[in-house]
Amino acid sequence: MRAPIALVDCNNFYASCERVFRPRLHGLPVVVLSNNDGCVIARSQEAIDLGITMGMPAHHIPPETRRHGLELCSSNYELYGDMSARVLATLHTFTPLVEPYSIDESWLGFEGFDTSTLAAHCHDLRHTVHRWTGLPVSVGIAPTRTLAKLANRHAKKHPGTGGVFMLEGVHHPETQALLARTPVGDIWGIGGRVAVRLQALGIDTALALAQAQPSWLRQQFSVVLERTARELCGINCIEMNDAPDSRKMIMTSRSFGKVTSNRRDIEEAVRAHASNSALRLRAQRSLAGAVMVMLRTNPHMRHLSQDHTRITLPLPWPTDNTFDIVRTAQNALARLWKPQRIVYQKCGVQLMDLVDIDGQQLDVFQTPQSNDERQRSDHLMATLDQLNARFGRHTVTVGMQRSDADWQLRCAYRSNRWTTRWDELPGARLT
Amino acid sequence: MLHVTSPQALTVDPTPRSIPWATCHVRAGISGFPSPAQDYDGGRIDLNEALIPRPTSTFMFTAEGDSMQAPDGAGIHGGDKLLVDRAIEARHGDIVVAVVDGELLVKELRHQDCPPALHSANPRHAPIPMHSADCQIWGVVTHIVRTVRR
Repeated sequence: MRAPIALVDCNNFYASCERVFRPRLHGLPVVVLSNNDGCVIARSQEAIDLGITMGMPAHHIPPETRRHGLELCSSNYELYGDMSARVLATLHTFTPLVEPYSIDESWLGFEGFDTSTLAAHCHDLRHTVHRWTGLPVSVGIAPTRTLAKLANRHAKKHPGTGGVFMLEGVHHPETQALLARTPVGDIWGIGGRVAVRLQALGIDTALALAQAQPSWLRQQFSVVLERTARELCGINCIEMNDAPDSRKMIMTSRSFGKVTSNRRDIEEAVRAHASNSALRLRAQRSLAGAVMVMLRTNPHMRHLSQDHTRITLPLPWPTDNTFDIVRTAQNALARLWKPQRIVYQKCGVQLMDLVDIDGQQLDVFQTPQSNDERQRSDHLMATLDQLNARFGRHTVTVGMQRSDADWQLRCAYRSNRWTTRWDELPGARLT
Repeated sequence: MLHVTSPQALTVDPTPRSIPWATCHVRAGISGFPSPAQDYDGGRIDLNEALIPRPTSTFMFTAEGDSMQAPDGAGIHGGDKLLVDRAIEARHGDIVVAVVDGELLVKELRHQDCPPALHSANPRHAPIPMHSADCQIWGVVTHIVRTVRR
């Protein structure tokens, strides 16, 4: 049998990051707003309990929630990006097989680990992540990714699990019971429309889907659904990079042909990676909320100054526009750039906080981008992609960008970027 | 009470900053003799390596207030930067950042010959017993960074 897979998920990640540095927010409803304070993108459990929904426009949040001490936070991607990197670094001390899935989720592999002590190992992991970063996580362990997702949900929902739940074999009565009470729409990778069709056919739980005939599922639906059903039976069919839903982040990175300290070369590489990521973003019909740029030196050239640095900046609005993405990546690089002569080996651009293009109307009326602008941008991007598809990848590329942004994000409620900016330290208070 | 706000954590991978060892000639008295270190060249020290052995769990705070400047205090001044490690276990006598009633405070942990409590250098503030409802340790202060040239 293959080694189990674990999904580690930070509980209410954005809200939890805010709480690490503002402990008075513990127990209070916390809501994080999208770029430009448009709509709700993250909620603490208390905010969920107040009936605040994902995607709810900020001005629709019921005023009476304020009486419960509701705390609104503008999204603070620099903080979230840094905290996410800390969680990743912590996970790496527990297994070498760590595969980030989104800003707050990672898959862990345990090849060669003793299965009998795996649950204890993961309790230790959970405790350590909380200890080192202040962030609560849940761990689901199972033979397949789809089952690990379910196990993770179970761990999160039931405090009795201590935040870690390991599925004991697929045929174990406990596993069967869990599958039986999981609505089909809650299974990883099954979208709303497919769920409705399945329900109409009488397949309304994970157990029913697991018992359906795989070949029939492929005929009636798709090979994706067939794989999901097989995964529910404990057969591993989903490998890295072919997750059933579109990837939640897109990373383009590459080592330089030879190490370089030339800013123009590196800028060019960042532009190319950003363009490339934007292309992949459009191909999967998603919009990105933030851009992370990473720079690193060659760790084996120990005689040279070492640097491994990254920063996450928000995009002006959820977008798939190459120009917006390249400009933000350039700004990020400018922020990372150090005046000392450091010889870099590799850079990367990652798009984060991806949303489905069809689910993004929520934010329209809050963004400074009008419908006209949006349509123009869509046309331009389509033309760009067509030209590059027809005449070769780099026929039309984005040239030099102004590094000073002419737009300013609205972020009325942003907390400090505590982990990435010296100059955001408020004045010292004597009491 | 020395008050900590505005925690500022370090990025996960602090950049090594090498500082060359002093290798210049040191002269003692009028006659002068060469320093024994004169021919010992090439070593470099890295403050991040020395001060932040665990970057993943180390965060930075700015101290605000004046209570720890008391003669028996830890000598922390307002404006000092505190390196705070969440990974290490707080021991008796450690300076810690603690969460007390939702606020981040700098305190000294004492538990020898007494129930565990958070003490202030300033006698105006009574010790806070650790078992009290809303009181927990956020992290242990490992280093203080103070700018002395204003």
